[in-house]
Amino acid sequence: MAISKEQVSHVANLARLSFNDEELSQFTDQMSKITNMFNQLQEVDTTDVEPMTHVVDLVNVVRDDVPAPADPEERTALLNNAPDTEDGYIKVPAIFNNGEDSAE
Amino acid sequence: MNFETTIGLEVHVELKTKSKMFSPSANEFGDTPNMNTNVIDWGYPGVLPSVNKGALEYGMRAALALNATIAKENHFDRKNYFYPDNPKAYQITQFEQPIGHDGWVEVELENGATKKIGIEELHLEEDAGKNTHRGQNSYVDLNRQGTPLIEIVSKPDMASPEEAYQYLETLRQVIQFSGVSDVKMEEGSLRVDANISIRPVGQKEYGTKTELKNINSFNYLRKGLEYEEKRQAQILLSGGTIRQETRGYNENTGETVLQRVKEGSDDYRYFPEPDIPPIHISDDWIAEVRRSIPEMPAARRQRYSKELGLSAADAAVLTQSLEMADFFEATVAAGADAKLAANWLQGEVSAYLNAEKLELAGTALTPTNLATMISLITDGTISSKIAKKVFKEIITKGTEPKQWVEAKGLVQLSDPAKLLPMITEILDNNQQSITDFKNGKDRAIGFLVGQIMKQTHGQANPKVVNQLLIQELKKR
Amino acid sequence: MNFFDNDLTTIHNQLVNHELTSYELTKQTIEALKATDQKIGAFLTLDEENALATAKAIDEKGIDATNLLAGIPIAIKDNIMTKNLRTTAASKILENFTPVYDATVMEKVHANDLVVIGKTNMDEFAMGGSTENSAFKVTKNPWDTTKVPGGSSGGSAAAVSAGMVPFALGSDTGGSIRQPASFTGVVGMKPTYGRISRWGLIAFGSSLDQIGPFSRSVKDNAALLNVLVGEDKRDGTSVGGHEADFTAKLDAGVKGLRIGLPKEYLGAGVQQEVKDAILAAAAKYRELGATVDEVSLPHSKYGVAAYYIISSSEASSNLQRFDGIRYGVRAQDAKNLDDVYVHSRTQGFGPEVKRRIMLGMYSLSAGYYDAYFKKAAQVRTLMRQDFANIFKDHDLILGPVAPTTAYGIGEDVTDPLTMYAGDVLSVPVNLAGLPGLSLPAGFANGLPIGMQLIGKSFDETTLYQAGYAFEQATDFHKQVPTLGGND
Ligand SMILES: [Mg+2]
Ligand SMILES: [Zn+2]
Repeated sequence: MAISKEQVSHVANLARLSFNDEELSQFTDQMSKITNMFNQLQEVDTTDVEPMTHVVDLVNVVRDDVPAPADPEERTALLNNAPDTEDGYIKVPAIFNNGEDSAE
Repeated sequence: MNFETTIGLEVHVELKTKSKMFSPSANEFGDTPNMNTNVIDWGYPGVLPSVNKGALEYGMRAALALNATIAKENHFDRKNYFYPDNPKAYQITQFEQPIGHDGWVEVELENGATKKIGIEELHLEEDAGKNTHRGQNSYVDLNRQGTPLIEIVSKPDMASPEEAYQYLETLRQVIQFSGVSDVKMEEGSLRVDANISIRPVGQKEYGTKTELKNINSFNYLRKGLEYEEKRQAQILLSGGTIRQETRGYNENTGETVLQRVKEGSDDYRYFPEPDIPPIHISDDWIAEVRRSIPEMPAARRQRYSKELGLSAADAAVLTQSLEMADFFEATVAAGADAKLAANWLQGEVSAYLNAEKLELAGTALTPTNLATMISLITDGTISSKIAKKVFKEIITKGTEPKQWVEAKGLVQLSDPAKLLPMITEILDNNQQSITDFKNGKDRAIGFLVGQIMKQTHGQANPKVVNQLLIQELKKR
Repeated sequence: MNFFDNDLTTIHNQLVNHELTSYELTKQTIEALKATDQKIGAFLTLDEENALATAKAIDEKGIDATNLLAGIPIAIKDNIMTKNLRTTAASKILENFTPVYDATVMEKVHANDLVVIGKTNMDEFAMGGSTENSAFKVTKNPWDTTKVPGGSSGGSAAAVSAGMVPFALGSDTGGSIRQPASFTGVVGMKPTYGRISRWGLIAFGSSLDQIGPFSRSVKDNAALLNVLVGEDKRDGTSVGGHEADFTAKLDAGVKGLRIGLPKEYLGAGVQQEVKDAILAAAAKYRELGATVDEVSLPHSKYGVAAYYIISSSEASSNLQRFDGIRYGVRAQDAKNLDDVYVHSRTQGFGPEVKRRIMLGMYSLSAGYYDAYFKKAAQVRTLMRQDFANIFKDHDLILGPVAPTTAYGIGEDVTDPLTMYAGDVLSVPVNLAGLPGLSLPAGFANGLPIGMQLIGKSFDETTLYQAGYAFEQATDFHKQVPTLGGND
């Protein structure tokens, strides 16, 4: 499974990274080699093997529904760290999108 | 060619927990932007989510109220996408295993028949922040970021916009009565996306669907779907094909408008959230949550009819909102006659709320005051005319009605000892009316009652005045 | 002042007996460090003023005679959030970033009166094994300044190795504590996953990352780990209830301990001198009364593939938050929202970070998830079973940390596959969530060789016990690099 330049370009787009043509070629070459190494895994028989996504056998780690009081000092510090703010909002160049919000 | 319509709804409901889904900051949208936020809500480097047990239980509660099966083994997944209101650039959601699946609600259709609409799944997730747009910039407020949401995905069981409307209305009621959300579309605590497709009657496969998004009211949903039904039919009838796209509803023109053409599916790169260990839900836990679910609207309607003798129509109106139903029950508990309480709430109270664009909580009315006022009417202390004054006082100012009518001298004059001299005087001065009465002209009574009311500034009890008048007239 | 001849206990006694104040110790430490670091480049940020003020306050409060750590300087890897102290993860995208909160380990560091000297260099976002991927500087190996110190915690390892600080914190996702410890001849512990809260550690591979201590000796390492562990409500993957005094059983010896030596860990690709050192260590353990026999980790050869899929996938998601919107650097030339994302990230991330993000996004993307991410997660299950099988009748596993000693600066950085292959012996421990201790076990051409002891989950006690026995029976840890020791 060699990776094509188009695939790399698609992934770069997903990642919000841009590469010039030379970089793109280099990445395509490297990613092909690396994913070839990944393909070693195909020789392992994993029939009926559960994937492991958590290494510790913890379950039901939950917090009681108790709100922490708002911390105006922390808010100020957070806003001060933002590259651009206005009136307590984080400011970004306009979103051109018909939908107002992103949660789906 | 005849078509049949297939509609499915995806409904997002904000849960009214005290804290956020994965962060302890307050679940409130204050006026001050970014006030209820912390480093977790900002997606700071190094922060980790912590699961709100209350949100889990609200999710379970909603699932149970919607007759869904609770999944025993849950975990969270990450849905990855970049957007300014999405600070981590991933939403923590449930992709592989939703907390609830295979539920249903029973909806009543216009013709009185009922239909079961299936619910595919309910999953828990976090809400995003809010962007507002002004000129060349957008402004991000993360107060809403992390609000717990349940997303309720229906089965494609609705065959008409009306069914979709009724499903949404029933869903709203059930969720509201389960106590987990205010489900107010205007405040964004209920949001709906609709998928609609049509196909020639008899065809097995579904047609290509379009998605209707960002709809602002239940009515617009119905109208938008109706428009979309027609639009799709026109395309097919003229030999065209439906494009898979997202459309919005234009409230001014009543039309749906293209927002985005979907090219393939989005690539959200879902994978299990490594920062949150799995959630295992035991039967005991389910039973405990089940016990915490308040009485559902259908059960309340039944009780109102059986125990309180209300008509089915009255019971249906009163259970449209949890607030109204609770208020009604509290009024009855405070001693009011159930039928009269129901009449007042559906009549004067609702009219006032509509006119003032308020909700019960926004008024000064209390169940005790309403009950007291109703008993003042039934025991003849006040006239129904005076009652209107009293009602205005108690709903705007919250004044205790009994003391107020006494202090204002609005108590109805029912004492024959006080009324008789006035009646005698009036009869003495209106010989003509007596003659008319004797000649069988009943109108004369009305005139004489009017005279008494005038003299007593409306405080005389008309029933008593009537009795006394007839009794005195007969003596002459 | 350097820390070659002064172990923690010695300094502690001087502080308690008022032969030295924390202020003097801190001042001397910083002065010596400034000179040494010109040659090593271990630090990204020094916090001189605060360090001195903290030391002074500790002196005024009085050194707690029961707290070995009171008044002692420490260095912190730059991917650990330090409130009001610049934290960059060695990335341009966080070049001038000042955290508004402390990592849980920093709260513990402060609560125990340790004196934070500064932040150490690393591979950008902990991605790399040489510290050459730092956006800001190359850190040199104190034993030979033409060699890398290892990575990604190369700055912390070099700072301890060069005697600049008695200990330091690092983080280990696939070997990032153990491998630089091995390359620079110091002691490094990667604790059991869940042992130490990750709250405030800039996430790389969330299911793999652990913070851990570097020190010059096993005992000092155990003393520092003592105060770092425990459940943290803010980290749902942290585990409590296994706390122990890791220094208590240090001199219990290794008599009767059953040590397994995986044959895969001494196979092809492992430098002869490294093999020899590990075999010599095995012989030493037998001499000390332990049994050592050959065991097998049949899936360990798949470790590198599984590790790079899982860690890159998690990283690709974790690093999406660096978008130039809420903190960090927003590209100056961003004219629209898309520019903010693409330019900030393209200009802000270095090539290795981009490579990992690309690999991770690819492994998770539609159509590839099952073949890559899911498959790797399944192989991970098998790898954990391999370890569990050995631990049925063994207490410990012994092997090298890395196949080679430190390599030359610039040697490997051009070929990612060669670089990734160097992690073959360290990543299985992270994939299985086990504790691993790296400690000096020999030298080859003047460069340190590290050995790795791998333990059962939450059994750091046995690792320290065995490490201490070896350390007391050998003198590798007493050797000091020339470069750091010439003042
Ligand atoms: Mg959805
Ligand atoms: Zn959703």
